[in-house]
Order: sequence, then structure tokens, then C-alpha cells
Amino acid sequence: MVHPERFAALFNLSHPGHFISWGVLQVSYGNAVVIVLMVVAFVAALLLPFPGHRDKGGR
Amino acid sequence: MTDPRIERQWTTRLRKRVEGTFPPEKVLPDTQPSYVASWIYVFGVLTLAALVMVIATGCALAIMGPTWWHVSGLGHYINSTHLWSVEVFFFAMVIHLWGKYFMAAWRGGRSMTWMTGAVTFLTSIGAAFTGYLSQTNFDSQWIATQAKDGINATGAGSVFNVLNLGQMLMWHIVLLPLVALGLTAVHVILVRKRGVVPPFADVPEGVVA
Amino acid sequence: MKPTSWNPDVDVAEWTGTQRPYDIIKEGTIAVVFVLIVVLTLSFLFGSPDDKPVTLKQWSNAAPIDFATTAFQELAGTSGVAQYGAPYNNVPGTGQKIGPVSLVNLMGVTIPINAAADFVLRPLGTQTSVPTVTASLATWQHASATQQQTWLTNYAKHLPTAIRDSVMVVTPNDAGPVPSLIGGLTTMAQSGALDNALLSNSTSYFSTNYTEPLLFLSDGTYFAGLASDKHLAGDQWGMMNETGSFPGQAWLWLYTFLYQVSPYSTSSNADALVWATMMLLSALVVFVPFIPGLRSIPRRVKLYRLIWRQHYRSEKH
Ligand code: HEM
Repeated sequence: MVHPERFAALFNLSHPGHFISWGVLQVSYGNAVVIVLMVVAFVAALLLPFPGHRDKGGR
Repeated sequence: MTDPRIERQWTTRLRKRVEGTFPPEKVLPDTQPSYVASWIYVFGVLTLAALVMVIATGCALAIMGPTWWHVSGLGHYINSTHLWSVEVFFFAMVIHLWGKYFMAAWRGGRSMTWMTGAVTFLTSIGAAFTGYLSQTNFDSQWIATQAKDGINATGAGSVFNVLNLGQMLMWHIVLLPLVALGLTAVHVILVRKRGVVPPFADVPEGVVA
Repeated sequence: MKPTSWNPDVDVAEWTGTQRPYDIIKEGTIAVVFVLIVVLTLSFLFGSPDDKPVTLKQWSNAAPIDFATTAFQELAGTSGVAQYGAPYNNVPGTGQKIGPVSLVNLMGVTIPINAAADFVLRPLGTQTSVPTVTASLATWQHASATQQQTWLTNYAKHLPTAIRDSVMVVTPNDAGPVPSLIGGLTTMAQSGALDNALLSNSTSYFSTNYTEPLLFLSDGTYFAGLASDKHLAGDQWGMMNETGSFPGQAWLWLYTFLYQVSPYSTSSNADALVWATMMLLSALVVFVPFIPGLRSIPRRVKLYRLIWRQHYRSEKH
């Protein structure tokens, strides 16, 4: 039998969440982090130079 | 010598069509147009990889049945991999969608590629939703009793009963994955068939705009 | 391509320019390995939520009066489910509409629920070893509908706040067998027997259908209170949320948002209107390639110049 503790997560997220409220907007920290990371990843994908191909001039 | 009888066979005609539409160098290309140079292109492949992971971890969960993960540490870990695969899948898919939108990647006869993608997105939302209903825990109880009102209001609730665990589990592990995988296959094949959309031309030649 | 029919948001000059090496199999492999590592790491770091399901047993022990009050509403036909309408039962005036059309009423009653019979009387009928319950049940079933209604009305005048020996303690009034029926059902629920009885109402032996216990559960205030504590209620944007501090279905943000604002938030047809709106918006997304205006935004916004900046830079040379 496998012991559950051995697979326990490093950070315990199973506690009451925190929420951002702004007018009618309410979003949990968990969702907010995901959404912000998505925007960051999108912007980074547009801005970061793609490796392996010279960003200057090209051919 | 080609025998006209052979030429007319359904099998022969299908093979010729497939060969014509999907020559090997289109299915497994070894070059890419030089304008394909941005990290944004990575998100389609990432979505595909995450989908593979969603299916794989889901199959792993299926081995011991739907309630095993509540009582096994290993089961719980596998459940975590399934959940996080889904989060990564949606993460990548939404960025993929944004990217394709701002490239107007439906141009040049690629509208079916866009539409199959968009329908896959909607199907995936349904698949994720039935997944939440199949958790057999507090979350699934609550989501079921909340969602019933919305779905009943559409009339769909009369046949698609979100309070029926067996039905939701079947949709989650059979029907919706089949649809999502089928659509994804068509989507990716269409991309291979058409090639990646070229940039907007600065001033299209000979065009009265 | 005829120059006159050229639309920059639809047409494209196919690429005849340079190609560069591209290893699709290597790219796919790297993507799978990358996602595998990310998923294994996130799972190791954060795990996943698993809050235990609520049972009728837990509810009736933790909040017996809330349970008994709900049970009474089921018997009296005043509960949420009893008054729901299609697809569960026929209740005049129910059924959300979009304009003049009520899709749910068109579909009709396909999952029939008779709250009094299914949630109270039939489960109590299985309690054959409890003589008081059997006797009260017989009294109830042999009484006329008017008599039953009188008992219910009297009981409702002073809803009991206590239960003693499996009978609801009522201020002296003539509620007939009702205090004993409700008390009996509460005791039955406290033992856990009601959870099983409701599951097997619809079928014999096997069941994977939780419609009845879930509907009963959702009629009380206990369940909604637990959800509200976890920030899952509809007016808390709960549809997007997951139990604990985990990210949830963030992709439902628009659907969730619509419920918070008028006209949706104040409409008695909120669900139907929100769904109709979402269907329309989804159709817009699917058909973007054909919608003038929407399909021109990317060309106007010019983010593509950033995406293809190498291409445009090399073109200038
Ligand atoms: C299961 C979900 C999806 C998977 C696995 C997937 C996968 C892919 C892959 C591998 C490509 C080729 C590589 C690339 O250009 O990124 C691609 C292209 C494309 N995808 Fe998706 N996709 C999905 C969902 C979507 C969605 C939601 C949309 C938009 C509504 C979409 C629109 C497109 C378009 C228009 C292309 C053509 C790109 C071009 O010609 O440049 N896809 N997809």
C-alpha cells in the first residue's frame, strides 16, 4: 500500500482562498495568477526574439 | 498499363485523393516558410502536447475507477496531474487562439482551420465541465446543483442531466474526448494541408484596395 | 486572384519566398517532454483539491432543524424542487423564456420528481421496523387531501425548532401525523438510511444517478452555506472558482460575469438570457473569418507586425 503522505503536495492549497474584489469583479487569487500569467506569456511570446534565427535582417 | 476498372474503384480513387491532398512532405515537412519565426507559433504544439497529457493522465485515472483517487496517495497525485494538464491545456489553447486571431490566420482558405479550432475550444469547455462533475466530491455536488438551472433553461437539461453522475462520467470519458480528439485531428490535418498563413502583405501587388 | 475581389482579411498571396529547415518531430517531442515536466512539477508543488462530499446524514446531524424544515417543504410541495417546473414537474407559470419561447417547457417533464412522494413518503415506507412511522404513514395516506392540507397548514404556523424521540416538537396544534413523519425522516436521514433510499428510488440495486439526493440537498440552506463559505456561490463568481485556493475554470469568466450585471442579474429569465448571450458570442468567435469588422481588427491593431517583425525587416533590404 502506498502512503498518501508520500504524495502530498509541497504547498497546501486546500485552505480557504483569497479574493480580489473590485466593483462587481471578484476573482480568486488562484484564477488571477493564471490569468496574469497568460497575459505575460502572450506578451513575452510576441516580444522575445525567437532563437536560432537572427533577429536582425534575416535572410 | 492502367486497367480502367481499377481506376474506377472506390479504394483507388480514395488513395489517389489522399496522395494528392497529403503528400508525405506536407504531412511531415522538413522546412517551414522563413516568416515562421516567433514564440507565438509554439502554443499550438504546446496545446497539442497538453492534450496528449490530459488523455494520458485521464487513462491512468481510469485504470482503478472513478473513486480510487480519494483513498490512494498515488491516485491523488495522478488526479493532480490530470487537473494540471487541463490547466496547461487551456492556458496554451487560449494564447494560441489570441495569437491566431491577431495573425488573422483564417486568411487564404483557412477559415475551416479557425472554425474547427474554435469548436474544439467550446467542446473542451464542456469536457472540463463534465470532468468537474465526475470528481465525486463536494465540488462536483455543488457544480451539479448550480449548473442544472442554466442547462435546464436551455432545454438541454431535459436530456443532459448534470445530476446524473453515470451520464456525466460517460460524457466526460467517452463522448466529449472523442469529439475533441476528432476535431483536433481535423484541425491539425487542415494546418498541414494549407501550410502556415503568410504575413499580411504590405501593399499587395496589383490590388485596388 | 482577381485584384478587384481582393479582401486583405480574407485573401492571401501564397508564399513563394524562402524556406528554412524545420524538424516537426523534434518540436513535438520537445513540447511533450516540456509539458510533462511542467505538469509533474505543478502536481508535486500544489496537488489538487478534494473536499469530501456532503451527505444527507451529515446535513441532518449538523443542522437537524434546517433538514426538518426542508423535509416539510418537500412534503407540503413548497420546496424549490417541488415548485421548479420542467424538467422535473408541471408547475404553471414556470420555465424560463427567451422572448416568448420557453425551451425547457417545450422539452417537457423528462426527469419526473414528485417531491412529497419521492423525498418523504416512499423513503419512509422503507422504514417498516419503526412502528410509529408506519402508523403515521398509514394515517397520512388514508386522509383526504383537504385533511392533509389542514395538517400541513397547522404545522407551518409554528415551524418546530426541536425534535424529541424522532418526532418534531410542535406547539399544541393539530398537525396530525406530520410531526411524526418529519421527525421520522430526520431520524432516518441521521442514520444514513435516507442517502441510500433516495439513490435507489429510481432504479433497483445499482445506481449511478444522484438526481434525487442532490435535489433534496440543494433545497436546504445548509449546503448553500457550506458553498458560500468556500466562495463558490453564484453571486460570488463561484462558477469560476475551485474549492480551496486552487485556480478553477477561469475560462468561464464571461459566463460568470454576465450573471453579476443587469439585465441578467435582475431578470427572472437570467439563466436563459445568459445562455442565449453566450451562444451568440460563441457563434461570433466561430464565424470570425466571415464577419466584416471583427475580421479586420487584427489588420488594424497591427500586432502582426510584431509577430512577423523579422519578415518585415528582411523585406526592407
Ligand atoms: C485542442 C485544441 C487545439 C489544438 C491541439 C491546436 C493545435 C494547433 C496546431 C498544432 C497548429 C499548427 C501550429 C501553429 O500554428 O500554432 C494550429 C494552427 C491553427 N490553430 Fe489551432 N489548436 C487548437 C485550438 C485552436 C483554437 C481554439 C483556435 C481558434 C479559434 C485555433 C486556430 C488555429 C488556426 C487558425 C491555425 C492555423 C495557423 C496558421 O495557418 O498560421 N486552434 N493549431
